Amino acid sequence: MAGLHKSEFANPVVNWIDTRLPIFTMMQKEYGVFPTPKNFNYFWNFGALAMINLVIMIATGIFLAMNYTPHVSMAFDSVERIMRDVNYGWLLRYVHANGASMFFIVTYIHIFRGLYYGSYKAPRELLWMIGVVILLVMMATAFMGYVLPWGQMSYWGATVITNLFSAIPVVGESVVTWLWGGFSVDNPTLNRFFSLHFLLPFVLVGVVFLHVAALHITGSNNPLGIDVKSPQDTLPFHPYYTMKDSVGICVYLLVFAALVFFAPNLFMAAENYIPANPLVTPSEIVPEWYFLPFYAILRSVPSKLGGVLLMFGAIAVLFVLPWLDTSPVRSSKFRPIYRNFFWVLLVAVVVLGLVGAHRPEGVWVVLGRLATFYYFFHFLILLPVLGKLERPLPLPESISRPVMAGGGGPLPGGAAAKPMEKI
Amino acid sequence: MRIVRILSLAAALGAVALAPAIAEEEISYPKQKWSFDGPFGTFDRAAAQRGSQVFNAVCSNCHSLKQAYYRDLKGIGLENEAITAIAAGFNVPTVADDGSNAERPARPSDHFRSPFANEKAARSANGGALPPDLSVIVKARDGGADYIYALLTGYGEAPSSMKMGDGMNYNKAFTGNQIGMPRPLNDGQVEYADGTKATTEQMAKDVVTFLSYIANPEMEARKRLGVKLVLFLVLMTGVTYAVKRKVWADVDH
Ligand code: HEC
Ligand code: HEM
Repeated sequence: MAGLHKSEFANPVVNWIDTRLPIFTMMQKEYGVFPTPKNFNYFWNFGALAMINLVIMIATGIFLAMNYTPHVSMAFDSVERIMRDVNYGWLLRYVHANGASMFFIVTYIHIFRGLYYGSYKAPRELLWMIGVVILLVMMATAFMGYVLPWGQMSYWGATVITNLFSAIPVVGESVVTWLWGGFSVDNPTLNRFFSLHFLLPFVLVGVVFLHVAALHITGSNNPLGIDVKSPQDTLPFHPYYTMKDSVGICVYLLVFAALVFFAPNLFMAAENYIPANPLVTPSEIVPEWYFLPFYAILRSVPSKLGGVLLMFGAIAVLFVLPWLDTSPVRSSKFRPIYRNFFWVLLVAVVVLGLVGAHRPEGVWVVLGRLATFYYFFHFLILLPVLGKLERPLPLPESISRPVMAGGGGPLPGGAAAKPMEKI
Repeated sequence: MRIVRILSLAAALGAVALAPAIAEEEISYPKQKWSFDGPFGTFDRAAAQRGSQVFNAVCSNCHSLKQAYYRDLKGIGLENEAITAIAAGFNVPTVADDGSNAERPARPSDHFRSPFANEKAARSANGGALPPDLSVIVKARDGGADYIYALLTGYGEAPSSMKMGDGMNYNKAFTGNQIGMPRPLNDGQVEYADGTKATTEQMAKDVVTFLSYIANPEMEARKRLGVKLVLFLVLMTGVTYAVKRKVWADVDH
């Protein structure tokens, strides 16, 4: 229904605006009084941290773009110029480059938080799937950003990854030529990657908005994984979670600062300080650390097409995860068996990361295949079956009464197959 | 089932611990003590200045330093007059008034002079090998300063079993142990104004200090800012945590 909004703000200017465009009311509703479960632990900070990280990337990126030249004969030198001759250019670049690593650290913790506490289950399936889209867009953005400084790893990484598309039957070669805008990674490739690298973060802002909008419809999950039952279970977002998030932000900035100011090249391949040279292939082409587990999955299959399919499959299983996990219980706290396999999965992913960093020889091949096998086994076999077999621990009655007075006793038999609660 | 978790964590730790051991024949370089190590490290001005002398006298005959300017020498404590004099010792290409190619003495605002006009000239003067630009060489090699030092001091007699390529030199730090660069540093090759004895090791140490500065001219400013920022953030974390505790004090959770 059209009509002016009845604003409750006392300040006349705020009230005037709010009457016509109720953004103040919206902020107040979504971030001020928004009812939030009162039992979050610090793992619930990482979404806010990722959001801050995105803002930092865009802010530094825009200023880098003012000084960067996307041309094969000037890109490397222009980045060095940023480092040496632009006022605080070194700060911009080191924050941006390490910001990418921080972004993935934060996001991966955020994702594993979701896996542990079952945040992907009904009614948050769509929220989770939007999250997987964010991960994909982030990966594309970071991949193309890494090409921009036009060092050896930029060039050869771009060559290897774009070449994966040649595995597509029949049209593969044409697709690769089309991606490159030529017959090898060259100036047209660099130009389009720059354009897309500039664009995608803003797409990300849009997708993140949807992610948060969906979150504010379902409300947050919490460490117990049970639904909010009454107002006693919640706290207004402000000041409780604004303060708790602020603590997390300070610690996050500390880690970030330690990296940028004292070890700015820790995550950077030395090879990328050598200008790109199409005639010299580096002895080892290693992607950025955050791609290593996927790279390991790619290389664990002897066939190129198989490897590519499996690599994309690793993300695809996350997409359909809400339907693979058949257990109605969200939090691992109450899933005595799943809880252990969560850790096995985490170990498998770490092992994949290590495998990705090493030449596929000897023990690394075996480890890579085992871990790849476990990754898919976990999602495709274990989760569907476990939900049916596992006997969950008794769930607390509510968030405000986590310890059941007089011991609630185990759930009646067969509870595992029932939805865990009715509202 | 807790045992599964413990076992899998143990497996992860084991994998992390074993990784370097299983990793292939990576050459490691003895760790040197550098003035610029650590969060408070700075460039030893005297060493960097001696190093610039070595670079200008020796390395600059074959290697460019094209990202750096002569004026950057200010950052290691040289005075303007000294920098102008150093720059004037090199000729850089220019275009004369009649349009012909000419040369003029370099100014502090010029990039370090490149010894060769192009890659072909550089290769033909060096038996086919290309001397790389040294502007960011310290960041462009695994092992960084330690590796460059090991390389410059790693020359010696090739073991008799080794078949050396034409014009190649034995070096124990270089991959494959054969390098196109002839041994650049020999005892007493330069004379230091400050009386320091110019041994091969001393010169190597000095020139690596200089090259580390050239690769990271922002380092001292970066660390200074970093220390302040980290102290501030530690304080902020404390204050924020205290406020958070206070806000949450009345919540039963
Ligand atoms: C006579 C010419 C010459 C001089 C003088 C010279 N170099 Fe070199 N340098 C070369 C050549 C040629 C190469 C390439 C070697 C190869 O690729 O086999 C090289 C390579 C290097 C490398 C790269 C090694 C690697 O890991 O790829 C470094 C570092 C280096 N030189 C440092 C120095 C320093 C420091 C000095 C001064 C003390 C110096 N060079 C003096 C010719 C020279
Ligand atoms: C999702 C957010 C983003 C991520 C994950 C990301 C990631 C990266 C990465 C990994 C690099 C290479 C770093 C290096 O080694 O130098 C890079 C470079 C670059 N990025 Fe971004 N970026 C993001 C947002 C942006 C935005 C919004 C802009 C511009 C508006 C931008 C502009 C640039 C430029 C100009 C470079 C080249 C300079 C350089 O290499 O440092 N980035 N980015």
